[in-house]
Amino acid sequence: MKTSHSVLSTHHYCMSDVILDVKDLHTYIFSRWGVVRAVDGVSFSLRMGETLGIVGESGCGKTMTSLSLLRLIPKPAARIVKGEIWLDGENLLEKREKEMRQVRGRKIAMVLQDPQTSLNPVFTIGNQLIEAIRIHYREASRALLRRAEQALRLVRVAAPAERLHNYPHQLSGGMKQRVVGAIAISCAPKVLIADEPTTALDVTIQLQYLKLLKEIQAETNMAMIFITHDFGIVARICDQIAVMYAGRIVERGPVREVFNHPSHPYTQALLASVPKMEERVEWLASIEGQPPMLHDLPSGCRFAPRCSYADERCYRAYPPSFAVGKEHLADCWRLEQV
Amino acid sequence: MTPALIRAEQVKKHFPVTKGLLFMRTVGYVKAVDGISFEINQGETFGLVGESGCGKTTTSRLLLRLETPTSGCILLNGKNIFELKRQELQAYRTTVQAVFQDPWSSLNPRQRVHDIIAEPLIVNTTLSRAEIDKRVTEVLEQVGLRPDAAVRFPHEFSGGQRQRIALASALASYPKLIVLDEPVSALDVSIRAQIMNLLKRLQQQYQVSYLLVAHNLATVRYMAHQTAVMYLGQIVEHAATEALYSNPLHPYTKALFSAALPAHPDVQREEIVLPGEVPSPIDPPSGCRFHPRCPFAKPECSEVEPVLREVAPEHKVACHLYA
Repeated sequence: MKTSHSVLSTHHYCMSDVILDVKDLHTYIFSRWGVVRAVDGVSFSLRMGETLGIVGESGCGKTMTSLSLLRLIPKPAARIVKGEIWLDGENLLEKREKEMRQVRGRKIAMVLQDPQTSLNPVFTIGNQLIEAIRIHYREASRALLRRAEQALRLVRVAAPAERLHNYPHQLSGGMKQRVVGAIAISCAPKVLIADEPTTALDVTIQLQYLKLLKEIQAETNMAMIFITHDFGIVARICDQIAVMYAGRIVERGPVREVFNHPSHPYTQALLASVPKMEERVEWLASIEGQPPMLHDLPSGCRFAPRCSYADERCYRAYPPSFAVGKEHLADCWRLEQV
Repeated sequence: MTPALIRAEQVKKHFPVTKGLLFMRTVGYVKAVDGISFEINQGETFGLVGESGCGKTTTSRLLLRLETPTSGCILLNGKNIFELKRQELQAYRTTVQAVFQDPWSSLNPRQRVHDIIAEPLIVNTTLSRAEIDKRVTEVLEQVGLRPDAAVRFPHEFSGGQRQRIALASALASYPKLIVLDEPVSALDVSIRAQIMNLLKRLQQQYQVSYLLVAHNLATVRYMAHQTAVMYLGQIVEHAATEALYSNPLHPYTKALFSAALPAHPDVQREEIVLPGEVPSPIDPPSGCRFHPRCPFAKPECSEVEPVLREVAPEHKVACHLYA
């Protein structure tokens, strides 16, 4: 493992099992309205077998973060302008496009939100599975078929050999999402990114799917990044949480820590504004206003205009990350004196 | 007790499944809604929950008169809404309004906000222009938008604001009932609470009733007074929201509630993972429709269809376990 890249002094991870280390990532989109700072200084790291939940509202940069990890950002408008992405000892940003093709699928893979649109309707699912596997394994077609069958078995699809000949429209929504999952894990990636994988599914099917992903993780020891806006999913399956707001991670830490001691005003307000199944509340606390436009960010803390604690210091400069607990960081000036 | 505003009695809606083009024949029916009865009280919210394909949306469309039922009737103040004459129908359309899920597609992009909100008044009432303008300004204020929003177009607003415009348009004609079909699920987390609080406040002020169709159980708990759980076109459990959430009885309700993830990692809940998926409504299972997935199924469940029965005061369940 490369140790030349030291982690930020504020957190001390056991270096041996860190599989993914993202440092100060900046992905900007150069549009005719100006520079959209979609990802603006994001750092996090992930260990083997660990699950990180990235939560945030739409347009906060969570999907651009995950696309940056795969180097699949829309070109030429978007560009990674700064940062490092260390995956398994290699900096992905120094790789050439040809080398990246060996990384995608094999080392880092992704499950997209909507299984309806991520599968091609005119090919059988066997075709689509083999297409992904063939990039990494140059084998006879019979061997590829066996691998495809194996991948379907891993996601608990009944009668996988017959299913390979089905077209996507012959499968139900939950089954399609399993197939998408099978494509992603068919080459045993070290890191799996799941971008809102269950929003298109019903709750009972969602629970089946989340349990399945956790089981596969226990078997393969892969690391997972879950992109979601649902705190329930984070609470249920993630070990670490990162809360994003307007292109930056404003708070991150172990899930229990953050849920029990939310330290950034945005995290606090967000947690308070979610209705709960367990108790009836008369009125929910709501966050007034809207998230800022990413091409027209306020100076200083981006949450300040909506924050009830904001003072003039917040408008002057963006706060650094302050440690509030073990591996628990939050970007808020109020934490400075603590 | 408040009187019932609207009552559905044994409403069925079956959509024919056809084959062939020239000699079209019906090969079966999708039983989208299959004999449901409920009441919505004045000033209360009736929540309808269930998975996709269970008939929630068809129910709301029936209430809006966008579908005609195969059998059964819906009564508003004692009158069957499917037998209304022209004038009465106009009155009905002002009484019942709707807010849909996606504010990006439910607002006409080529109309100004003023015209969107005024449309139900122009079509269904005889108000003068000045009166309409006054009403538009009034409802804009009620939903928390500035009066100058009236001259702008929908694309100039964010999702939460658009949903406010849709709500203003629904409120303009002094409705008694608003059908809310997933009103917040397309919105961002931090905006949802704003809109839900607004809906609740408007209900308290104007005594309007809501039919809330949602799949998010926590949203329904926060908003609804009464809640019904639907499975494959039928209501399997119906009770006051508090009673239902504190003591779900039907095995499907239990499984549905247990599948909803608690919003805090320290909350532990018994998880019932249901096998399989929802069967096709074209050919639903015999007897109790839930029996192939039910962990407590008995032999009679596959033969006899259970009826919705009151097992506790105001708490109805359709299940043989409570017979």
